[in-house]
Amino acid sequence: MFKGTIDGIANQQVDMNGLILRMIFQRVGVGLLTLFIVCALVFFMSSLLPGDAAQMALGQAATPETVAALRLQLGLDQPAILRFFSWLWNFMTGNFGVSYASGLPVADIVAPRIPNSLMLAAAATAVSVPIALILGIVAAMHRGSRLDRTIGVGTMSVVAVPEFLVATLAVLIFAVKLRWMSALSLGGDMSSISGFFKAYGLPVLTLCCVVVAQMARMTRAALINQLDSAYVEMGVLKGLKPTRIVLRHALPNAIGPIVNAMALSLSYLLGGVIIVETIFSYPGLASTLVDAVSNRDLPVVQFCVLFFSACYLLLLLIADIFTIVFNPKLR
Amino acid sequence: MMTSFRFTGSCARFFMSLSVAGRIGLMMSVFWIVIAVFGPWLAPYGATEFTDGPILGPLSAAYPMGTDFLGRDLLSRVLLGARFSIGLALVAALMASTMGTLLALLSTVVGGWLDEGLSRVMDSILILPSKILALLMVAIYGSSLPVLVLTAAVTYTPGAFRIARSQALGLNEMEYVMVSRLNGEGNLYVAVRDILPNMIHPMMADFGLRFVYIVLMLSGLSFLGLGVQPPNADWGSLVRENLSGLSVGAPAVLMPAVAIATLTIGVTLFIDSLAARKR
Repeated sequence: MFKGTIDGIANQQVDMNGLILRMIFQRVGVGLLTLFIVCALVFFMSSLLPGDAAQMALGQAATPETVAALRLQLGLDQPAILRFFSWLWNFMTGNFGVSYASGLPVADIVAPRIPNSLMLAAAATAVSVPIALILGIVAAMHRGSRLDRTIGVGTMSVVAVPEFLVATLAVLIFAVKLRWMSALSLGGDMSSISGFFKAYGLPVLTLCCVVVAQMARMTRAALINQLDSAYVEMGVLKGLKPTRIVLRHALPNAIGPIVNAMALSLSYLLGGVIIVETIFSYPGLASTLVDAVSNRDLPVVQFCVLFFSACYLLLLLIADIFTIVFNPKLR
Repeated sequence: MMTSFRFTGSCARFFMSLSVAGRIGLMMSVFWIVIAVFGPWLAPYGATEFTDGPILGPLSAAYPMGTDFLGRDLLSRVLLGARFSIGLALVAALMASTMGTLLALLSTVVGGWLDEGLSRVMDSILILPSKILALLMVAIYGSSLPVLVLTAAVTYTPGAFRIARSQALGLNEMEYVMVSRLNGEGNLYVAVRDILPNMIHPMMADFGLRFVYIVLMLSGLSFLGLGVQPPNADWGSLVRENLSGLSVGAPAVLMPAVAIATLTIGVTLFIDSLAARKR
């Protein structure tokens, strides 16, 4: 009988793991479907363009005959839905098309820039996560105090301020007045640690300000949600120290929501990175996107938009999965 | 006379019911709206008028905010730029909130496939990060003022739709709505007379936040050189054109950005304090 119970628990465990796996697969499926919809949105928005790709590629000076020939060559006489699927197929097989502006394959333009952008994002994440955690936890522990209100108004103001204000302020203070770092992130040698800091310091600092504010607010909310529960009150009545209650009891239970909050606020990096790469002339994917938009170089724009959207979806997916995995009700 | 007294009185009572941060926020918002309306009459110089001031000059009595990269008076340019920064965002936010609310009303009251379809479309627009969607639209349709306003409206309609729909769904389940329906009232009556009046307050707060997002997005686009095009200039373009002054620490770079910050922080503080208002 005893053995039976243990078997039962073990079976239940397997069931639960199966359930979690199934939920995760379901989320991945929904994510892929959304990515497909985004692809469709991007494609059909660009094909609503007045004039078409052939005209854009050849410029205004082209004769109608050459435009017609290129239309035929690009398959623009096909119905839009067919073009969409062949475009999608090309995209999935790594054929991203040719840039209108430079005539180079899109893959060659973006390939060297993606690692740069990811590097910047990784550095910003590594710095901002611990700071945001500490700020959020401190604010939640001292809820309603002057410290909490200061952190609240401070983070809210940073969220409400344009990224370029943070960036210009950072340049004014650290590069112009104090001369600690260079205002451009190109140039300096990256081999030494100080060179690395000089190059990455300001862009990372700016990105961090933007992300930390959002993250700290969401961490505080997640933790306060836990602090309102009965077991915390029990801990308080037992006479536990506030630090112990928060760090040993509430925090482990809030990990799921907090990781969720972190992943969601990292999506603010996407918006921030566009401004930061431009102002510091950092050779990343976002500055490529901005250049391509001003040249109206659609193939490059389409790739960048889909790449950033895919990153965003990935972050949402990670947030979802963490919520599922850390949900104690599913264990 | 009596009515004007009563109006001032209720304004004062509303003002006093806000927290201190909210009062400051409200004053900052009202200040910038007044500037947006009366800016052209207050500006000491014309928008493109060349002065004999220095290039990227410091703050002085003649040029209270310094001078820009061509030696023009920055204060005048900020005052005139307020119309673009605030006006465009206001129109776009109005469009986004109205569209969102009306579509949400329609989809709740009619229900069925319409609700399903609209929600799917809105959700898929919401998946594209807002700046990315805006960049895509500017890349495709160019960046004239109507395109900018439409872009901002399209980008922020789904968010308003989502909030309005959850409001409307809740209200639609209320008993008084059921009574109306049993009385034989049509969809239009239920939507306009029963549901809409109870959604107005939350949607106004949402409108304020949407306005802030749109100001930030449009000024971000202008900062990238993809928003308001010269000779017109909003505050984002003012930062961009004076960016060369950054290395010498010219106030011309900072002042327009500070103008945006005071506007957006003001509105956010005000909206934030509405929720926690003591009655």
